Amino acid sequence: MSILVFIEQRGGQVRPVSREALGEATRLAASMGGPVVGVCCADSDSGLASLGEAGADQVLFAQHEAFGTYDGAGYAVAVAEAVRKVSPKAVLFAASAMGKDLAPRVAARLGVGLASDCTAVATEGDKLVARRPVFAGKAFQKVAFPLSPALLSLRPKVFAVAATQVGRNAVVEPLPFTWDASAPRARVTGSTGAKGGRPDLTESEIVVSGGRGLKGPEHFALVEQLADALGATVGASRAVVDAGWRPHGEQVGQTGKVVSPKLYVAVGISGAIQHLAGMSSSRCIVAINKDPEAPIFKVADYGIVGDLFEIVPALTAAVKQLH
Amino acid sequence: MLQVVCIKQVADTETRVKVAADGRTLDPSGVTWILNPYDEFAVEEALRLKAKLATGEVVAISLGGASVATTLRNALAMGADRALHLRNDTPSPDALAVARALADAIRALAPGIVWFGKSAVDDDGAQVGAMVAELLDLPCVTVVAKFDHQGAIAIVEREIEGGREVVEVALPAVFTTDKGLNEPRYASLKGIMAAKKKPIEERAIDLGAVNLEVEALELPAPRAAGRIIGEGAAAVPELVRVLREEAKVI
Ligand SMILES: Cc1cc2nc3c(=O)[nH]c(=O)nc-3n(C[C@H](O)[C@H](O)[C@H](O)COP(=O)(O)OP(=O)(O)OC[C@H]3O[C@@H](n4cnc5c(N)ncnc54)[C@H](O)[C@@H]3O)c2cc1C
Ligand SMILES: Nc1ncnc2c1ncn2[C@@H]1O[C@H](COP(=O)(O)O)[C@@H](O)[C@H]1O
Repeated sequence: MSILVFIEQRGGQVRPVSREALGEATRLAASMGGPVVGVCCADSDSGLASLGEAGADQVLFAQHEAFGTYDGAGYAVAVAEAVRKVSPKAVLFAASAMGKDLAPRVAARLGVGLASDCTAVATEGDKLVARRPVFAGKAFQKVAFPLSPALLSLRPKVFAVAATQVGRNAVVEPLPFTWDASAPRARVTGSTGAKGGRPDLTESEIVVSGGRGLKGPEHFALVEQLADALGATVGASRAVVDAGWRPHGEQVGQTGKVVSPKLYVAVGISGAIQHLAGMSSSRCIVAINKDPEAPIFKVADYGIVGDLFEIVPALTAAVKQLH
Repeated sequence: MLQVVCIKQVADTETRVKVAADGRTLDPSGVTWILNPYDEFAVEEALRLKAKLATGEVVAISLGGASVATTLRNALAMGADRALHLRNDTPSPDALAVARALADAIRALAPGIVWFGKSAVDDDGAQVGAMVAELLDLPCVTVVAKFDHQGAIAIVEREIEGGREVVEVALPAVFTTDKGLNEPRYASLKGIMAAKKKPIEERAIDLGAVNLEVEALELPAPRAAGRIIGEGAAAVPELVRVLREEAKVI
């Protein structure tokens, strides 16, 4: 039985999270047998065959002129059609902005359950099980799928991409589907603010976050300079977001973004339970705080106690020296 | 225009999670119950739109056990006109089962807008809103950070990786709300008094078969205790060394 992977593209570019999903699909396919099939919704084929290098055996291409931008209703119809066509054992989505919107729609169309934001997937015999954080990472659910197919969305940055198989092509096949684009719907009419350069918080390898210890918005330059030196994305605690020092999109935590980078640096952040919820699954955590009793040190792998106004510039300088 | 707001009662975000005797759900003893923080944005936005249009009705709906009535009362105190309690005592039912029950109740109300929070902070599912939209065959925008009502349509913004998407939606439609959409009001004393007289209809419902089975609720292995590298800027060279050589992250 196959594993179906939703291939997410924006502006003709397949997004990295889809390669992570393909990576997990190849591991599942190895233990359960069957091909890895991608399904991509787009207005034109921007080289889907090359997804063979990331592990896809076949890619179903759902083409529609309205699919140049994301259309949840239309994409859901196409993905449900792909499911009907290949009867997969499981369908994998990335738990990205697009995947989080699309996967529940597909689940409702198919009438099956969805495990969202999974951090581990495994097989027990031919049964599929998944692990997903709940209560903002304070606990985990182990879930199983009484209905078929199993639908899962995978947390970005947790699943490894497959080793590139250079020159391997996937078979690209058009996917016929019927969808009435003239029905009332939600239409993407534009986008704003794509700040070039830095990856999104949820997809960044390194995140440097600042908190109230920075004393004022003007001092966030310290955090930005460290982030630049590390090639990192800037995050923030809720305290500084609520104070208007930083935009909402940068908030890390229970009511902000959940991040799992390989390195998370918390600068002047106390480590309230709601903040920890958003970053405690990071691979390595560094805390800089003047209070040795700050709860952030309980989750940090490495800590420096002291004044961030001294430590951060020194760290930035030391990191720059490495390159 | 009638607006529906779906609200969930959840454990307070400060809750220390204990696993119940069934091994699958939260032990409810000692838990403080609150209105899901994201749903506050949904209630607020509905109330603001009603005020702007100077007409219409806001109906709050919640599915859950007896205690849910308190949370519905909160929404009424904020300003919702009436409430519907879909009574079912199953602890943490799956999203599709909930969505089906909500969709059935909502259909009969023929609302102009159905509001949800983007995610419930207990199961962190972020599923129910989009599922209901699909079941009702209504247009849907999730994770809305900006909302502008313009007659038969709404122009909204949602956050995506590295930016925002602007979406134009024909009403009736479903929206799920993100933090930053608005600043939810606190219930006033007058609101709290008024809420006592507002109606809450209780309706017993069935949830049907399980669509996603929770086999276990487990606590994470505690992170191995970290270490303090040192104090002040003098500790920086050692930090850089361990990040390179031990953790291999820079
Ligand atoms: C429903 C709810 C949801 C929430 N969601 C979130 C969320 O998603 N994300 C989130 O972050 N919070 C969230 N919170 C808020 C959370 O409880 C904390 O209030 C918040 O995280 C504190 O932010 P902070 O660490 O920046 O500030 P503080 O707690 O004030 O900590 C500042 C830290 O800086 C240190 N410091 C000060 N000066 C210096 C210096 N010169 N050098 C070094 N260190 C210094 C201090 O020792 C202190 O530890 C939520 C709260 C609630 C009730
Ligand atoms: N039991 C419920 N009763 C009413 N609304 C709910 C319920 N569960 C979830 N919702 C709504 O669906 C949103 C998303 O929930 P979830 O998919 O569980 O994260 C919540 O923010 C609520 O608006």
